Amino acid sequence: MEANTRSTGRLPAAFLTPGSSSFMDFLSDHSPDMLPGKRSLPPLQGAIQAPHGTTIVAASFPGGVVLAGDRRATMGNMIAQRDIEKVFPADEYSAVGIAGTAGLAVEMVKLFQLELEHFEKVEGATLSLEGKANRLSTMIRSNLAMAMQGLAVVPLFAGYDVDREKGRIFSYDVTGGRSEEVGFAATGSGSIFARGSMKKLYRDNLTEQQTLTLVVQALYDAADDDSATGGPDVARRIYPIVTVITDEGFRRLTDVESAEIAAAVLERRMEEPDGPRAALL
Amino acid sequence: MSTPFYVSPQQAMADRAEYARKGIARGRSLVVLQYADGIVFVGENPSRALHKFSEIYDRIGFAAAGKYNEYENLRIGGVRYADLRGYTYDRDDVTARGLANVYAQTLGTIFSSAAEKPYEVELVVAEVGALPEGDQIYRLPHDGSIVDEHGSVAVGGNAEQISSFLDQRHRDGMTLAEALKLAVQALSREPNGGEREIPAERLEVAVLDRTRPQQRKFKRIVGRQLARLLDADGGGAPTDAPSDDETDDSGDSATGRSEAKGSGGTTEPPAED
Repeated sequence: MEANTRSTGRLPAAFLTPGSSSFMDFLSDHSPDMLPGKRSLPPLQGAIQAPHGTTIVAASFPGGVVLAGDRRATMGNMIAQRDIEKVFPADEYSAVGIAGTAGLAVEMVKLFQLELEHFEKVEGATLSLEGKANRLSTMIRSNLAMAMQGLAVVPLFAGYDVDREKGRIFSYDVTGGRSEEVGFAATGSGSIFARGSMKKLYRDNLTEQQTLTLVVQALYDAADDDSATGGPDVARRIYPIVTVITDEGFRRLTDVESAEIAAAVLERRMEEPDGPRAALL
Repeated sequence: MSTPFYVSPQQAMADRAEYARKGIARGRSLVVLQYADGIVFVGENPSRALHKFSEIYDRIGFAAAGKYNEYENLRIGGVRYADLRGYTYDRDDVTARGLANVYAQTLGTIFSSAAEKPYEVELVVAEVGALPEGDQIYRLPHDGSIVDEHGSVAVGGNAEQISSFLDQRHRDGMTLAEALKLAVQALSREPNGGEREIPAERLEVAVLDRTRPQQRKFKRIVGRQLARLLDADGGGAPTDAPSDDETDDSGDSATGRSEAKGSGGTTEPPAED
């Protein structure tokens, strides 16, 4: 690969061989050891201790979709990092949030971003949203061997479908199984609580601003009941990462914007610690 | 078995160079110009789908004249090289200089290997810097030599004539509209000294715009935005701009033009997309 390029100075034959528009296919032909899924694993006993990311939530609204994540990474019962970033743009119109083994997940996101960008540059056109979701599925599946040893990565993928003109959410299981979610979805250890929270608050006619508040409420509820999910850290000014994708593309809320939403939620929770109430009947 | 004829190395290389140059000359020329906010690529290309210019990486663009299948092959090789390098190290470690070196080696090896036919291509690799001083433009002729260019560069069949035209008129700090118009003027010149009209729909235009907020600075300019740039500031100075190209005192007319087109230039780039 690199060493090879340098030794002769000229592009190696693999670079000039016509073929796939996929960067992963190119890597697996040219230097398979650089692909996360192609590494040989030593025999393992017991789980490896590595930082884990926890809760990611997504919700759609007419005109777009919101994807957000808390900031805590844990290793066993320890907080490994307080300000980890788990939500990334995948390309102009999609984003991916990661739960699971942080190191592997970040590597997977990097490769996924590159895969989409590479395709776009080579073909001169972007993949369909469905195509992007399927590509991510393949990547999770290639990590199955490590997942069986406790190093799972389970992302949540959301994007604006420019053909159908709406926001869409895809959730995954550890085997790469993919399912499209209607309305809202969550992944990670706090996802049960976040999902319960959103189930009560979600309506399909929310505005963008209301949806942003919804996901912060859900993250608060997840942090409330799951020790591995971090709530808004007012003292250190660490707030959830909130992103929104519309027909204008991907946008990450500034720290000031997400701090504002978090402050509003916190203020209400001072009076009602369990959050907004849904009607009984 | 017949005795092979003796051909001197000088003659063999001259023949190969002649062959490559003829191939390149069959294609239309294209130009790459620095302007205040970046680098603009302009060429005549009737096809909407088969591009002469494309993105290689965040700040690096690629332009090629000559045989399509050969430069397309090199372009994809370059994208693979850049993406692999960025993935292995960091996005900042992918540079136009590195890419130009790899292209030069590749073209050079092919040119001097008797087993392969020389590539009939001429490439430009450009990288936009954070400031105009950081811009880099490299021209790579068919034989694998590498030329570090500043300001403006033309490649293709009629390149020499266009280059000298651009050298006289290009100056630093032009607006995008000014640079684009100068480029079109240069491309409109026929080898026999005449001029012809190039309609906007036959132009392929792309920029590396350092003011773009995205990490990826490459952008194609098409449709309404292109039309707006081409006839930015409808009246006054621009109408006599085409007749300017016979006057040699570039000093006066250049300053006059920059003032007249300043307003058009400041409004256009972020307007669309």
